[in-house]
Amino acid sequence: MSGHSYDAENYWKANLRLIFGSLIVWALVSYGCAILLRPMLAGISVGGTDLGFWFAQQGSILTFIALIFHYAWRMNKIDEKFGVHEE
Amino acid sequence: MSQFAINIIFVGGSFLLYILIAIWAKAGSTKDFYVAGGGVHPVTNGMAIGADWMSAASFISMAGLIAAGGYANSTFLMGWTGGYVLLAMLLAPYLRKFGKFTVPEFIGDRFYSKNARLVAVICLIVASVTYVIGQMAGAGVAFSRFLEVDATLGLIIAAVVVFMYAVMGGMKGITYTQVAQYCVLIIAYTIPAVFISLQLTGNPLPPLGLFSTHTDSGLPILEKLNQVITDLGFNSYTADIDNKLNMVLFTLSLMIGTAGLPHVIIRFFTVPKVADARWSAGWALVFIALLYLTAPAVASMARLNLMTTIYPDGTDAAPILYEERPNWVKEWEVTGLIQFEDKNNDGRIQHYNDSESFQSEAEARGWAGNELTVNRDILVLANPEIANLPGWVIGLIAAGGLAAALSTAAGLLLAISSAVSHDLIKGSINPNITEKGELLAARISMAVAIVVATWLGANPPGFAAQVVALAFGIAAASLFPALMMGIFSKRVNNTGAIAGMLSGLAFTLVYIFVYKGWLFIPGTNNLPDTPENWVLGISPLSIGAVGAIVNFAVAFVVSNATEEPPVEIQELVESVRYPRGAGQAQDH
Repeated sequence: MSGHSYDAENYWKANLRLIFGSLIVWALVSYGCAILLRPMLAGISVGGTDLGFWFAQQGSILTFIALIFHYAWRMNKIDEKFGVHEE
Repeated sequence: MSQFAINIIFVGGSFLLYILIAIWAKAGSTKDFYVAGGGVHPVTNGMAIGADWMSAASFISMAGLIAAGGYANSTFLMGWTGGYVLLAMLLAPYLRKFGKFTVPEFIGDRFYSKNARLVAVICLIVASVTYVIGQMAGAGVAFSRFLEVDATLGLIIAAVVVFMYAVMGGMKGITYTQVAQYCVLIIAYTIPAVFISLQLTGNPLPPLGLFSTHTDSGLPILEKLNQVITDLGFNSYTADIDNKLNMVLFTLSLMIGTAGLPHVIIRFFTVPKVADARWSAGWALVFIALLYLTAPAVASMARLNLMTTIYPDGTDAAPILYEERPNWVKEWEVTGLIQFEDKNNDGRIQHYNDSESFQSEAEARGWAGNELTVNRDILVLANPEIANLPGWVIGLIAAGGLAAALSTAAGLLLAISSAVSHDLIKGSINPNITEKGELLAARISMAVAIVVATWLGANPPGFAAQVVALAFGIAAASLFPALMMGIFSKRVNNTGAIAGMLSGLAFTLVYIFVYKGWLFIPGTNNLPDTPENWVLGISPLSIGAVGAIVNFAVAFVVSNATEEPPVEIQELVESVRYPRGAGQAQDH
């Protein structure tokens, strides 16, 4: 891949946007819902406890899986769109 | 058939399987040895990463930690899974595109500096060696309990098996044994959990059982557990905690440390394409989550089971007589991991929290102190016995615990030996070494690493538990930031990267040593390791994340004050960002 073509730059920007969005969700479910925002979610009860506890022990892990597969799927599309995918 | 014979069959059978795989997957080239030939399917690789990652700590200790700490220890669940999001998006695809064999090799090439490579090699070896001690010690415990052999002899048996497939097959042998070990460990972990979830809640899926109703009491199981343990003076299982800053930083340190551990990163070098590196991160987390979603259910259910074993008629009634204790308590007493002392001489087992707030109630009931100490590491291993499951489930747990310890040990040993043979010997000492010579050097380094690890496992330093924090701290504060900046910044240069790595590392080590003792030597700590003395309430175990921030900051400031990297290095950064032309992992 050669240096600074217009497409290469936009490809990288598209990747960074996708990463940025994914990491916001990543931080929101773990550091947000499971830890810092737990008191705010205390009113929503889940099986004998509250939503924050669920996020801490299950919800965040499930979200992480969804985030990685979504990223892999979107990036493969972006690779093809910009013609940088592998044959 | 005796329980001993069943255990022998399960453990012996699984070992035989690993050895057969070793004979089948012999490494013929350095490429086979370092990256399994580079043609591993992403799902296969995901499974191998699962076994590589899930260690004795995940299999044996984690549920016990959660059982003891409840909500507060959810940090392990999030921290040890959230790192895969970082790996999938920030490191794995680009390092795969770079297409070399080791982590220090990328750091050396990207920062065009042998010194940077050397710093990375040292960080890698310290992090991996400390980590491998725990695996070998864990294997020793499993052997001594289930196979009734001396722990040292057990360790030597384990070392011989690892030797066979790791030295002969390198990454190729390790990959396919790890797939087998994943299957063994996940079956061993989930089967008892399914039985216990069925017994307690009627729901066969443990993650759903955790939030279901406890059949006997009609209450949600977590509510029932809270009730039982708070009656005995323990903290509520689901209660929120005050020190949120420390909880955030600890979770972040575990996540960044996970993403920076070299033995996990090199597994991504074994897949054919960049896209496969992304997919295999996803598959890895799916396979890891099968255990990580089961663990919190095992934790709460096993703790409730333990309490109802001791207080069969409820917490208000008298606990069981020592003479009537179940068989599994007797068996674990032999190992010293369960201890009973009849402090008030009533022949009954009083188990409660010896806290000041509970003292008056304890005195009113004629109790003279907590009489039962249960090592939290036995929770998973004793789980089938506590729930009265058949003997073959116990045999399965023995094989599973060993699979978890050995698969991680092998991955770590490969990371260590490839750093020695590829980065030190070929990279510095003798660059003209032949392919055959390097392969031999790799095998010899692996053999030496196994001997050292076995010796350390048999004679674990007193600080074995604390050094795991050190491994994560080092990976988080030194390797992860250097790798990430190497990919995402064209401006960070050799001086900046080295200054960043060294200051992140020094900052983290000093903070740990001030509280834990210099080089962990007891009595040499400058401040007591208690929350009141921690700066802003940040525990030494949580400091890796702050060390990473120091690393980033120093690297940027120093790089901007010095020359920018040469054009060919900027082109290298460009090239790792675009998947096209990755080809298979290459030697120089």
